[in-house]
Amino acid sequence: MTRILTSLTRRSILAAGIAAGLAWLPGGGALAADPIRIGLVAALSGQSAKSGEAITRGLSIAIDEINAAGGVLGRPLELVSRDDESNPGKGLLAARELVQRQGVVALIGGLDTPVSLAIVPFANDAKVPFIGPWAAGTPITRNGAAENYIFRVSAVDAYVGEALVEYAVDEYGAKKPGMILINNPWGESNEDALHHALETRGMATAGVEKFETNDVDVVPQLTRLKEAGADTLFMVANVAPSSQVVKSLDRMGWDVPIVSHWGPAGGRFTELAGPSGSRVHFIQTFVFTEDMSGRSAELMAKLKAKYPEIKTIADVTPATGIANAYDAMHLLAVAIGNAGSTDGPAIRQALYGIEEHEGLIKTYRKPFSPENQDALGPEDYVFSHFVEGKILPLGK
Amino acid sequence: MLLTSALISGLGLGAMYGLIALGFHVTYSVSNTVNFAQGSAVMLGAVLGYTFMVTLGWPFWAAVPAALAGCALLGLVVERALVRPFVSRGSDSWLMATVAGGILLDNTVLFTFGKEPRSLPSPLASEPVSLFGAGVYPLQLVIPVVGIAIAVVLQLVFRRTRLGKVLLAVVQNRDAARLMGIDAKAVVATSFALAAVLAGIAGLLIAPLYSVHSEMGMLFGLKAFAVAILGGITSAPGVVIAGLLYGVIEALVTAYLGSTYTQIVVFSVIILALTLMPNGLLGRAAVNKV
Repeated sequence: MTRILTSLTRRSILAAGIAAGLAWLPGGGALAADPIRIGLVAALSGQSAKSGEAITRGLSIAIDEINAAGGVLGRPLELVSRDDESNPGKGLLAARELVQRQGVVALIGGLDTPVSLAIVPFANDAKVPFIGPWAAGTPITRNGAAENYIFRVSAVDAYVGEALVEYAVDEYGAKKPGMILINNPWGESNEDALHHALETRGMATAGVEKFETNDVDVVPQLTRLKEAGADTLFMVANVAPSSQVVKSLDRMGWDVPIVSHWGPAGGRFTELAGPSGSRVHFIQTFVFTEDMSGRSAELMAKLKAKYPEIKTIADVTPATGIANAYDAMHLLAVAIGNAGSTDGPAIRQALYGIEEHEGLIKTYRKPFSPENQDALGPEDYVFSHFVEGKILPLGK
Repeated sequence: MLLTSALISGLGLGAMYGLIALGFHVTYSVSNTVNFAQGSAVMLGAVLGYTFMVTLGWPFWAAVPAALAGCALLGLVVERALVRPFVSRGSDSWLMATVAGGILLDNTVLFTFGKEPRSLPSPLASEPVSLFGAGVYPLQLVIPVVGIAIAVVLQLVFRRTRLGKVLLAVVQNRDAARLMGIDAKAVVATSFALAAVLAGIAGLLIAPLYSVHSEMGMLFGLKAFAVAILGGITSAPGVVIAGLLYGVIEALVTAYLGSTYTQIVVFSVIILALTLMPNGLLGRAAVNKV
């Protein structure tokens, strides 16, 4: 008798505990319906962990806004995150687990192009929409699948090459630019894009030099470019190697304009490269500014409220990752709402069907079509530079 | 100008490789073992230097000895925990154990020091000076001088001091040295501490020209091991000369052939050199006594 009573009490305490626990889940209290799960596969640890953090922040703020407005299809959104450790194999496993075990209705990707490329065939086979908010590798969205489930709200290497060449010609009157590229697939992808952009303008390059992430001294490569008569440099590398290029240029006393992909935005570029770091003009899709207003200011306020470690705009670099993820999540929510279902093919069709959406980066007008699954184009890139630790847009 | 700048940066990096490789030489001579976590000791020197000087604001004269003491401690721990237990049982597993120790340390630093590369400022690496038409930081000239000076001092210590004689006695005949009352275990432990300190010095010297992060030492460690083998790991002058040669060849290949060919040419040269001189530049043939 006593035994039964105790076990009953235990059971009811357990049930009460579970109920109390559930109430703490995001949206669990306000909306009783089952949440719609969205999966994130990004680098949450290792050298690129800051990128995963930025994406998570952008997605979380967007999800908070959507849930506060009643969710989608009367159900709250819930983010389920997995760390890919910048490893394609781990990213693919994580994507599988999210779709097959966690039942996510869509996937969001991370910074690494190789990881996204590994997930692309799986997402297409499983008919689960995948939206990339960062990785810029051209073949991610242009993957040749008959039914393409891969979308992107970010820069695309093919367009970046075009944008860098245009900026170099317009701003600096470049005639014979040289390339200084990191020796990996990302560097290769941009070498092709830059060559292509130069060829369409009938321009020649002064030379292409590669360097390693761990190179201490880039003077030999840069001297070769200088002697070949380079009048502008295109730079593609992450933050630490980019700063080695700047320091080497300082030593050489070579005052050449540097037009760069967005690598320097990924860390403490001013600290690593010194004040000359502001010479590097690089692309971004979005920049917070001191005197922002409207939606940017609102987002910044929400970021500060949700993440107390954010105090100034120097703490949200790179803003690109936050903004892309924020817009991607809102576009996805609109599509799920319009589709009236969480079925993959229906969401895909609804993404094509979006006519106009007021986003953070811009007002999207027909952002996706089967011919172009990239919501952002070269006209959306903002050239920026680092000034005392902050990314500031360059007037253009 | 191309030649001057290539020579200067090559000598600077070469001296670094030489210093790290001297660490391999010291422990190998005394105990026939090496610490494959030498690269991590390079990183630890730089990371501790950054932590003491920048994060805690200690003055240079306090921060540098403290950072090097940290490296010495690392060397002692590696010898005691990752080398001695295996060697005493006649196993070669210290090889893998020291590699694992290095990975362990790199990842511990990743989580404690942080993921972002940081910059260690130095007054010797802020304003470039012009030398034969090439711009260099004064630090780039200091590195080879310090590197060669340390190698010479080390050689003098070995040849002229009591400590050096003790070390050499253990090198020549461990059992005889023990019979003479020399604590061979302590000598081996000292050699590991010394090796890690040499790597730490290299890390502190290179940090202002580079950035400080948890993975910075790995490639230096690998190249330095190639240098140690190339120089003949049993010869201190051989190792230092090999380091300088390696650095200069690396820089010249990059300058005149382009960076695409650097690793291909440099490692081909090493293979060729070892085919022609199997014991390294100045090494002696190993005699296996059974």
